[in-house]
Amino acid sequence: MVGRRLATAIPGVIGVIVVTFLLNRALPGDPAAYFAGPAATPQAIEEIRTRLGLNRSLPEQFVLYIRDLARGDLGHSLTTGQPVAADLRARLPASLELAFCGLLLALAIALPLGVLAATRPGSGVDHVTRLLATMGNSLPVFFTGLVLVYVLYYLLGWAPPPLGRLEVFRETPPAITGSYLIDSLLARDPGLFLAVAKQLILPTMTLGLAALAPITRMTRAAMLGVLASDYVRTARANGLAPRTVLYVYALRNAMLPVVTTLGLVLSFLLGVSVVVEKIYAWPGIGAYALDSVIASDYAPVQGFVLTMAVVYVLLNLLIDLLYGVIDPRVQIES
Amino acid sequence: MSTAVLRMARAGRYVVLGNPLTFGAFLMLAGLVTLALFGHWIAPYDPLATAVGPRLAPPSTTHWFGTDHLGRDILSRVIVATRLDLLIAISAVTLSFAAGSAAGASAGFYGGWTERIVTRIVDTIMAFPLFVLAMGIMAAVGTSVMNIVLTVALINFPSYARIARAEVNVRRNAGYVEAARLAGNTPRRILAVHIYPNCLPTLIVQASMNMGWAILSAAGLSFIGLGVRPPTAEWGIMVSDGSAFMMSGEWWVSTFPGIALMLAVLSFNLMGDGLRDLIDPRRRS
Amino acid sequence: MRGAGPLLSVEDLSLEFRARDGTVRVLDGVGFTVGWGKTVGLVGESGSGKTITALAIMGVLPPTARVTAGRAVFKGTDLLAADERTLRRYRGSEISMTFQQARAALNPIRPVGRQIEDVIGHHTDLQPAAARSRTLDLLAGVQIPDPGRVYGAFPFELSGGMCQRVMIAMAVACSPSLLIADEPATGLDVCTQAAVLELIGDLARQNNMATLLISHDLGLLGERADRVVVMHAGHVVETAPTAALLAAPRHPYTAKLIASSPRPSVGLADLVTIPGTIPDFRAQLPPCRFSFRCDRAAPECDQPPLPRVVVGPDHVVACRRPL
Repeated sequence: MVGRRLATAIPGVIGVIVVTFLLNRALPGDPAAYFAGPAATPQAIEEIRTRLGLNRSLPEQFVLYIRDLARGDLGHSLTTGQPVAADLRARLPASLELAFCGLLLALAIALPLGVLAATRPGSGVDHVTRLLATMGNSLPVFFTGLVLVYVLYYLLGWAPPPLGRLEVFRETPPAITGSYLIDSLLARDPGLFLAVAKQLILPTMTLGLAALAPITRMTRAAMLGVLASDYVRTARANGLAPRTVLYVYALRNAMLPVVTTLGLVLSFLLGVSVVVEKIYAWPGIGAYALDSVIASDYAPVQGFVLTMAVVYVLLNLLIDLLYGVIDPRVQIES
Repeated sequence: MSTAVLRMARAGRYVVLGNPLTFGAFLMLAGLVTLALFGHWIAPYDPLATAVGPRLAPPSTTHWFGTDHLGRDILSRVIVATRLDLLIAISAVTLSFAAGSAAGASAGFYGGWTERIVTRIVDTIMAFPLFVLAMGIMAAVGTSVMNIVLTVALINFPSYARIARAEVNVRRNAGYVEAARLAGNTPRRILAVHIYPNCLPTLIVQASMNMGWAILSAAGLSFIGLGVRPPTAEWGIMVSDGSAFMMSGEWWVSTFPGIALMLAVLSFNLMGDGLRDLIDPRRRS
Repeated sequence: MRGAGPLLSVEDLSLEFRARDGTVRVLDGVGFTVGWGKTVGLVGESGSGKTITALAIMGVLPPTARVTAGRAVFKGTDLLAADERTLRRYRGSEISMTFQQARAALNPIRPVGRQIEDVIGHHTDLQPAAARSRTLDLLAGVQIPDPGRVYGAFPFELSGGMCQRVMIAMAVACSPSLLIADEPATGLDVCTQAAVLELIGDLARQNNMATLLISHDLGLLGERADRVVVMHAGHVVETAPTAALLAAPRHPYTAKLIASSPRPSVGLADLVTIPGTIPDFRAQLPPCRFSFRCDRAAPECDQPPLPRVVVGPDHVVACRRPL
């Protein structure tokens, strides 16, 4: 079943590769002249053009691009002087850790809230939840992030300065998984773990706040629908305990549409994470791409878009699998 | 068709007046449109002029929203920015509405190759996290207002195409369509006159729900330096301008444009909710 | 522990729906009884309030519905006044219900066997293994050919008839004294219809279980019910022993119902249709809600209250001008 799902993701990946290739070729200006630097002679530029394959036809260039991709070659960053692939690999864990924490926080708040609101329609909780969902959808993430910085760091001093994954003088944990949280635990260094967690608080809150509204909204709507369903009525008519009715009969069914929505939420979350990385000087791939944009260095941006798209496709795959676990009907169909 | 529009107009009045929240949103939108149209006359200072006051002055009677690091009047900049932000969002949504619904409707009606191509395009766009795709495009094509509009339109294209395709699909074999076919209408005419107008309500709801997100996307792009360029007065840039000062306590530089942005998005979202309740009462929340 | 009175006695049950434009009085003074071990048919066209009556008895009304008056006394306890804990003890064990559209009434993502086990587990002290074997027995008891397979199946893998059987098994799992079967035969093919009704009858006899059989089809009830309660537009219009009712209906509506249900003795062309439809409940309604469809209506019919005339042994009709 996993293989079959993987196969369905292939057209998406092909599309992603074609689009990133086209984006690269739409780059204004002459990449060869760019690579050669301002002092280069026309001859040197021509040489680079040949080396980069820019003098060839578009299909040929595409083949070259695919060949490079297959080798894991995403070009070089002018800013860092490193291969883009290596740069991205070094920074991806920071992005993933942040995105994961944000999603977790959002789920931890949104699911209970949505359920609570749906089981008490018209109550205070319900009104607050609906207000929250509408307001949350209207929040510019980059602005809420700044407000959190102002209130929690500047005014109250509860949060550390928004400057990256760890305070400057701290030693990073030995890289095992790439997640500082996990690595600091593996290194049995609770002090370091706390320091890491502290840095994570603000960006996680910002991301979580952004993802909160859509998940709450969907959970509430799904629960309302399921609670009005015939099978929940059957369960109640059979005298089952309210807990059983709520969790075994209602919630599991309500999770189906919520899991489906999660794909869209993740799309949004991955996009928003770029903004959050910028605000908190988070050394992830989003901030890396933005630094490169400022330096007009396109290869890292291209690599970033490609990486994000691949991560997104994989996450969607995961969602599909999760859905299949919850809903027996899917397994039979495939 | 005209009856449908009329019915909507009548019901629209009901929604606007019937729900205080929607009514508030309606008033706020009216205010925003006023600012967008007449902002240049309303603004007390030249939004681009530097040193109209001291640098980083907190809100006061002379500068209600304070001044930024170049001594520009923030209130004036917030007011004048309304036009640009709304213009970008409205143009982008109009564009993706037109292109997306036309493509989606054709796909749903003709099927075959048309459908395959449209779904392929939609799926390819949807394979990206949309804001990331917008970043990639903006980095490649360069920042200009036109490019922002096109990019935001592109990332919103799939939702219209999908809705239009689904809506047309369910109506393709409806009785009145069959009747129109038997009456000798050409397929194109059937689609344009008999099917498409009936899909409009759902699409319009989508558009109104989409406006807020379009504003946020455009402002977000400007915030990360891939949208409107300084010194233009635009909410996203202004928030970005003030971001460093949030850490040192000069909150007003970012906060006022941020609040303006939030209110604009909120009123569009509330309006969208109201419209959706009207058109699809089952999904009323 | 058989009490003195009837097993279930519904008295003067009134119920309304909150709608956007005011309230809708869906049930008005509904009353009937079900004796111990008896089968009572509840009949009427769609919208007459049969299902909502059953839901009110079970206490699983939709949130927009509200009981405004009346009692439903089951084994001496008024179900409409009882607290939630008491109700939960009764539901599924003393009194249970099967629903229309059985497939939708079963949890789509839980194996049906597990759903039956949930009920057993909740109402008895059986260990999981014992509950499982009881479930398999129940599935065999409702004449499911392959209980082991069906136990692990999901509703979407089973036919409509199968789902109906599963739901019956679930309903009788704790040997209730009363089974409410809401349109158990609707939506099934003719052979399955007969088999399912037969099954309910057999189970009722074996377990000495009373049954409230809800149907829009008087013909189906004829051979199976001891008594019939006829409902129209939220009123009980006639109650009588089945034989008396079929032989000599006294309410004009009952007579029309009988004349409109297909029987071997009557050709299709001779079937009668009842003019008009159930009235709009939001409007101000006359005491007799059938009067404007009735060819015997007279001015006196618009005089309140709605009469209850005893016309024979155990035979009551709500009509001023009975046949």
